Amino acid sequence: MKNFASVSVLLATLALLAGCPSKKADVPPPAPAPTTDTSGVEDPNATMGDTDASMGPSGELLSKRIVYFDLDRADIRADSASVVAAHAAYLAKNPNQKVRLEGHADERGSREYNIGLGERRGQSVRRALALQGVAETQLSTVSYGEERPAAAGSDEMAYAANRRVEIVYLK
Amino acid sequence: MNERMKKLATVLSMALLLTGIGAATPAWAQLRLTITQGVNDPIPIAIVPFSRAVPADGGLDVAQVIQRDLESTGRFKAMAREDMVFKPTASADIDAAGWKQQRVDYVAVGRVTSLADGQVRIDAELVNVLTGQRVAGPNVTTAASNLRNAAHRIADALFEKIIGIRGAFATRIAYVSVDGKPPKQTYELYVADADGANRVKILASPLPIMSPAWSTDGEWLAYVSFERRVSAVYVQHRRTGKKSMVSARAGINGAPTFSPDDKKLALTLSGSNGNLDVYLLELASGKLTRLTDDPAIDTEAVFTPDGTGIYFTSDRSGNPQIYRMTLGSSERPKRVTFTGSYNARPRLSPDGKQLALVTLDNGAYRIGVQDLANGTVTMLSKGRQEESPSFAPNGAMLIFGGRERGQGVLQTVSVDGQVSARLDADAGEVREPVWGPFLP
Repeated sequence: MKNFASVSVLLATLALLAGCPSKKADVPPPAPAPTTDTSGVEDPNATMGDTDASMGPSGELLSKRIVYFDLDRADIRADSASVVAAHAAYLAKNPNQKVRLEGHADERGSREYNIGLGERRGQSVRRALALQGVAETQLSTVSYGEERPAAAGSDEMAYAANRRVEIVYLK
Repeated sequence: MNERMKKLATVLSMALLLTGIGAATPAWAQLRLTITQGVNDPIPIAIVPFSRAVPADGGLDVAQVIQRDLESTGRFKAMAREDMVFKPTASADIDAAGWKQQRVDYVAVGRVTSLADGQVRIDAELVNVLTGQRVAGPNVTTAASNLRNAAHRIADALFEKIIGIRGAFATRIAYVSVDGKPPKQTYELYVADADGANRVKILASPLPIMSPAWSTDGEWLAYVSFERRVSAVYVQHRRTGKKSMVSARAGINGAPTFSPDDKKLALTLSGSNGNLDVYLLELASGKLTRLTDDPAIDTEAVFTPDGTGIYFTSDRSGNPQIYRMTLGSSERPKRVTFTGSYNARPRLSPDGKQLALVTLDNGAYRIGVQDLANGTVTMLSKGRQEESPSFAPNGAMLIFGGRERGQGVLQTVSVDGQVSARLDADAGEVREPVWGPFLP
């Protein structure tokens, strides 16, 4: 089963590679074939091993890793600009350091649309970092939409805590 | 330790293991159905206990399964068994006049028998008490292990005879179950009978699972899983568990739905630049075709029942609205929703004439159904935060995700809004229900 799953993933990836050369400009390229077994439940540590909370720089601004957003907005608020600028300066000075920008939305509305909103916020932080000298190769984004709330509850406080981008320093 | 003792020790530890599992499993996300609103004048019916086939029936109370199915629609009121003076099992033994005095309109009776080949058979008969006529006599033969499903099929036939619409009791739902408090939660994908029974775990993960979708033949599920920390779309066989990752491109891989012929998926990809658009993925070849091309969020595509077009959510006008496009046409997508500032997650009725959606109604996210011929929107739910509507394959009901005391629950509602019910989980929260197709 394990081998079968890896083979079928490989075949699917090959098929994708073979199937769309003429569409290259139109279609996002496939991600590298995964090395993990996809036939069952994965060990969380296997996939989360690229980060932990203690990673990355410290300092008054640099230890702040969360950028918050207003309702239905993806623009960086004035109160977060200094945090983003501090990370930009650090990353520009440390070109081998990579970060993942994890975008989130509050729980209201449709889940897949919220994945889109979370991605918009991640991209907004990515652009801000890139504009301040961080190389694109240092930056990646993922959107979890409303699927991984930081705070429970259905009130304005929880919503505000959940509309966020987390800057995650990678090994 | 001698051989015999070793064997005993193995058996004992196995038994302990099994008890452990048995104690842990039922507590989580068992679904319990409650009618929250029924019709004003439900049809009175008596479902008399069926004669049994011991031990082939495994102790299943077939009449009770049928009764719960019919009552779950809010359109029937079943007579209590203790009020039944006689308990016939064949229509010939029904004293219509006597039942009429007890104010029931219909009596259903039946028999479960075991056949020589190891199968079991249910014979049911429906008598209209007012006329004294036997109006239906459905029967189903099946493997003994499938008796519950057979009982649902009998309920389907009785429902159709009385109401005029095929019942959707012998169908399945899929849903996502979440346990734990943020930020530490675990996610599971389940398939269960439409009444919440017989649930089977399809997948578990410490990272989000979302957007389950049924194949048209009911054999496969597509879903999004973040088990690799980033999103990927998977297709998994319901029975064998065989799972393939069909899209793991850079950026978002989301919102999969099957084409009516099950050969393609519509899905959402963003690429690394974060622009969500809708694509078509041929499952056999892996060939990918871009369907939408707009800097806005385009997502949540669903095929029309004839497979010639899709409906999808886009915020190209500034806020999310539903659009329709014809596949293989160069025409621009046409906007179809004009009521309110937020319409998302479209799903079509089986006849393609109605669109279920999530709509912002007086500050609350509710389930609406839009008549595609005249644009009229009917609100079907009353909560504040409802999502993921999905039609039953008979088009008479919808299932969707709602909230009760801050927890996600599954809710059903009839398309006329008259009847609603809730499927609560014992623990944790349940969400994103999708109603599967009729089974062959």
